[in-house]
Amino acid sequence: MNENNICSDGGLEYAKKLVACIEQGHQEEAEKVMEDLSALRENNLFQELGKLTRDLHDTMVGFQLDSKIANMAETDIPDATERLNHVITLTEQAAEKTLSAVETSMVLFDELREKSEKLHGNWGRFRKRDMDVDEFRSMSAELDEFFQWLGQKTPDISASLSDIMMAQGFQDLTGQIIGRVITLVQDVEEGLVGLIRMTGQRMNVSGAKEKDKKKDGPDIEAAGPAVPGVDKGDIVNSQDDVDDLLSSLGF
Amino acid sequence: MKILIVDDFSTMRRIIKNLLRDLGFSNTDEADDGNTALPKLQTGKFDFLVTDWNMPGMQGIDLLKAVRADPNLASLPVLLVTAEAKKEQIVEAAQAGVNGYVVKPFTAATLKEKIDKIFERIEAG
Repeated sequence: MNENNICSDGGLEYAKKLVACIEQGHQEEAEKVMEDLSALRENNLFQELGKLTRDLHDTMVGFQLDSKIANMAETDIPDATERLNHVITLTEQAAEKTLSAVETSMVLFDELREKSEKLHGNWGRFRKRDMDVDEFRSMSAELDEFFQWLGQKTPDISASLSDIMMAQGFQDLTGQIIGRVITLVQDVEEGLVGLIRMTGQRMNVSGAKEKDKKKDGPDIEAAGPAVPGVDKGDIVNSQDDVDDLLSSLGF
Repeated sequence: MKILIVDDFSTMRRIIKNLLRDLGFSNTDEADDGNTALPKLQTGKFDFLVTDWNMPGMQGIDLLKAVRADPNLASLPVLLVTAEAKKEQIVEAAQAGVNGYVVKPFTAATLKEKIDKIFERIEAG
């Protein structure tokens, strides 16, 4: 039992003193004792008030943690879903582009192999002097045609190879997006751990507070690749927009 | 013409390296963020810098500012090739003295056009 409680040794002593004062008719002293007695009760009240205040504070902090998680559930998680959907779109586009380029090139390579095998056979016969003049004329026309064909098709093959290479840019973009989602998952995990700590036992939440401190970083934060449906407002949608903006700045 | 390519993704560095080779620039070196790029720039006698923005360690925008603040590097042409697409970021890069800004995903033609333009401007003095 609290020693500031009325029902304690301290309280009993005041009570006995008060009775003695009243019996002896000591008005002033009796009033003094009564004041001390109520001071004892007030002390007790302040302590209770202190405890209540701390509880309220802890609850408020817990509530902030709650709203952080609610915010994650309301905005960040749907955002993450959008981001991951965008990753699917980007990887799909890259795969389609690569496959198309490979298919185009394969057809060209089959044609190339066919033509060169035929020429190789004829050339062998020519070298063995196993070819008459008409056949030679026909081979020479075929050679002309082949070189012309080669001249026309090689740019297509280089374009396909270039397409395949450029399509690999998806790895950078999706890597950045997935990296951001991983950070979010870690934040959610930390938030949940904090919440469990708060509700399980009102332990200190200094760990959670620490995280909220403003980070020292560059003046302008990198935002990562723009994701349709997530990043709205002040973003450019194409290289043309970038060029327009830069030329408006005197570039 | 010696060119430094800075990007934290090795796939993107390879893409840019191959594109530059196609354009006739085969003397290239690579770094994965501003912190590794800056010492290379200070000692390597580079003529051109192609850098990403968002990288762990020193970001591209800070690398650009560090280059402009270094008397030996201040006039080095810098091309940002980045997924960062906010208008305020493009403005920030322009104010920091970038020579060109390409947003990812980009095409080979875009990169060539921007590089040509940068060199044209340099030659025009």
